Amino acid sequence: MNWPSLILSLKLAVWTMVVLLPIGIVLSRQLAWRSFPTKGLLEAALVLPLVLPPTVLGFYLMITLGGGSPIGQFYEAVFGRSLVFSFDGLLIASVFFNLPFAVLPMRRAFETIPPEVREAAACCGLSSRRIFWRIELPLAWPGILSALVLTFAHTIGEFGVVLMVGGNIPGETETIAIAIYDRVQAFDNAAAGLMSAVLLVVTLTAIGITYSATSSIGRRNP
Amino acid sequence: MGAQLNVNLQDGAPFPLNVQLSCAAGEILALVGPSGSGKSRVLRCIAGLYRPKHGKITFGDVVWYDAANSVNRSPQQRQIGIVFQNYALFPHLSAIKNVMEALGDRPYSERCARAAELLNLVNLGGLANRKPTTLSGGQQQRVAVARALARDPNVLLLDEPFSAVDKATRQRLYRELTDLRRQLRMPVVLVTHDLDEAALLADRLCILHHGKTLQEGPPFDVMVKPATPEIARLVGLKNTFEGRVIEHEVNNNRTFLGWGTYTLVTSHQPNFLEGSTITWTIPNAQVILHRPDRPSRGENENPVSGIIVEFVPLGDQTNVAIAVDGVSGLRLFMNVPTHVAQRNDLAVNKRISVSLLATGIHLIPLSDDA
Repeated sequence: MNWPSLILSLKLAVWTMVVLLPIGIVLSRQLAWRSFPTKGLLEAALVLPLVLPPTVLGFYLMITLGGGSPIGQFYEAVFGRSLVFSFDGLLIASVFFNLPFAVLPMRRAFETIPPEVREAAACCGLSSRRIFWRIELPLAWPGILSALVLTFAHTIGEFGVVLMVGGNIPGETETIAIAIYDRVQAFDNAAAGLMSAVLLVVTLTAIGITYSATSSIGRRNP
Repeated sequence: MGAQLNVNLQDGAPFPLNVQLSCAAGEILALVGPSGSGKSRVLRCIAGLYRPKHGKITFGDVVWYDAANSVNRSPQQRQIGIVFQNYALFPHLSAIKNVMEALGDRPYSERCARAAELLNLVNLGGLANRKPTTLSGGQQQRVAVARALARDPNVLLLDEPFSAVDKATRQRLYRELTDLRRQLRMPVVLVTHDLDEAALLADRLCILHHGKTLQEGPPFDVMVKPATPEIARLVGLKNTFEGRVIEHEVNNNRTFLGWGTYTLVTSHQPNFLEGSTITWTIPNAQVILHRPDRPSRGENENPVSGIIVEFVPLGDQTNVAIAVDGVSGLRLFMNVPTHVAQRNDLAVNKRISVSLLATGIHLIPLSDDA
């Protein structure tokens, strides 16, 4: 059993959720309530990861983040190591390819809050910040939660992008999905089967706990 | 307390808005108009939820909005209370928490006590911990009213607050608002499309049509003395006809009006030239049935006869339309208590005679640009 790969996958999934939570909320609120000239383009760009083969997305990310790009060079100058084939690069790639999974459900959730409810809150004297914490967030929470669960699940399951951007460095970028593939390539079906089973149980448990915990919060304070 | 709300707005799309109105402290002003007349937009401008292109909104000495000087106070700063058409309660919060949200940063216990007090005021004491979805429409409306009052608002805005409840509940809510208003010392602006509701609740009416304020005044004045034929139509005066001013009798304080073959007497209305063609109206209620079984002196007052062409019993009242002799193609409408209609055997095609009460006849310039 390749525990480091499993832990790496979980770590990547959790970090992706943590990074995407604020980004997703900001983006989805803009998309839900504002209209601006480049909105159509932004919406299309957001859905791209759903449409493009992961290898294509991974390829572009590899080029963009690689040592030949300004971003890659900047990162290398500051941190002294390469961005691609590292956990940081993997995280950035993961955030990008999870954008639609986070933003679409969140956007839907914010869209279902009636505009008058937010207006009523403003007329009740609540500041924008208070409206967000007291009204919007509790109302949008189920959507935000499913966005996070989708992100988590999708990160655990991603293969193509991870392989392109991260490569297959054990302990650094070898996620469980890649480790399983690796074992199968080596005709080690027993190990692959074990890892698959463990992955199945771990993710099912994680998502199950999240759902049941938040739905009980929901019953107390929906 | 005691400040007056003054509103003067001009706005463009989706259709032009040109509104002037004022509302004194403790007064209920009803903004009445058909749907799509711009009523809600005016209310949103007052609340600070919408910025008109031009205009000025002041509350007492405080400028809330001034397009020319780029003054625009936020809804939070204006400190208004608003009841939305669908109430817009916070669905995830109980009734009392809804009210508490509007009570600002005071200590929790203080907000709790005040919110409970407000819920009692709107007769919702026992339902404080219920979520909005478990409350009936009328109860939700009461929560919305309590929430709107929680800030001790400068101005209370009511956007069609009775349109989403059934008739019986509405009657009860009317009574409650009438009771409540004795305790309200701020200007109250009520938006409604229901003229009867406006007449019942408001001290003054303001008729809005196609984004323009047409006439403002006490409900009775606006409803029986419209300034233009258009307003007559908007306030539902069906008896609107063309006539000719024959003569003014200043001494007898009356004016003679020619209508078809009839000469009608009206109260003295000297603003119209003798010989000029005008529009005149009479409320349905000022058309009085002559009863063959009980003739009275009043029958000499503008008697008119004709054939009943429409007979529509509506509960206690029956609507009757008469094709009047000598005035072809026109119908005179009147309301008769249903029991009176039955006793007099009124029916379609029967001949009846009625009186047009002289005090009920109101003259209006022919065109709308008076």
